[in-house]
Amino acid sequence: MSDPMRIRATEKDGIVDVKILMKHDMESGQRKDASGKLIPAWFINMLNVKAQGKDVFNAEFGPGVSKDPFLNFKYKGSKGDKLVVNWIDTKGDKRTDEATVS
Amino acid sequence: MVMNEQRRALLKYSAVFGLMSTAGLISVAQAEEWNKAAFEGKSLDEVFKALGTSSPDKSSAVVLTAPDIAENGAVVPVSITSSLKADQIAILVEKNPAVLAAQFFIPNGTEAFVTTRIKMGQSSNVYALVKTDGKWVMAVKEIKVTLGGCGG
Repeated sequence: MSDPMRIRATEKDGIVDVKILMKHDMESGQRKDASGKLIPAWFINMLNVKAQGKDVFNAEFGPGVSKDPFLNFKYKGSKGDKLVVNWIDTKGDKRTDEATVS
Repeated sequence: MVMNEQRRALLKYSAVFGLMSTAGLISVAQAEEWNKAAFEGKSLDEVFKALGTSSPDKSSAVVLTAPDIAENGAVVPVSITSSLKADQIAILVEKNPAVLAAQFFIPNGTEAFVTTRIKMGQSSNVYALVKTDGKWVMAVKEIKVTLGGCGG
C-alpha cells in the first residue's frame, strides 16, 4: 500500500478549494538506473474526486506529471462535505483517502 | 431455456456491478478508459487528433499561468483558468517525449480552473486546451527550462 495522500479542502463563499498531494514516484520510462538500464514507466494515470458521493473532478495523467503529483481545483460546495479521492496507477495499484471540507 | 439462462447470467452480472458501484469499488473515472492514444501522441497533431480536434483556435478566455523560466524541469507549476464553461482541460508540452501531460474532466458545479505540476525535458511551448460546448480552444506559453526533468 502506498503512502496516504494529503488533502486540504476549505470552503469560502460557497466555493470549496481542494488541494491534493499524492505520494508517487511517477516514473516516466525515460530515466536510467545506475547501470544504465531504463527504469520502466510506472505512474498514476487516473484520479477521481467525489464530494458527497458525486463526481467533482476527474483527471487522467501521463508520465509528464511531476513526482508526487499536486492538484488544486475548486467546486461549488459546503463546509462538512465528505470528499473521497481515488487514484489508480499503471500497475493497477490503488489508493483511496477521505477528507472533510472545513 | 437458453434465453432463461442468458437472462439469469445477465441479472447476476448487473447485480454484481450494481453492488460494486454502490460500494464505491468502481468509480466513474475508473470505469472510463484512460485515453491511451492521446497519451501516446508524439506530436501536437497526434494529440489534437486523439482529443477530437485538428487545430484549436487561440482564445484570450483561456489563461495559462506558468513561470517564464523553470530552473528545474522536473517540477514546473502550471495553472489554467478560463471564463468559459469548461468540460475538459488538457495540458500539452510540445517537446516532451509524450506531448500530453494531463487532462481533466470538469463536471457541472466545478470551476474552469486547475493547478498542477509537470515535467519538462527541455524548453518548449506549453499548450493549455479548454473544451467548451464541444469545441477546443487554447492558450500557448513558452517556458524556458534550465535543467531538464525527464531523463537523467
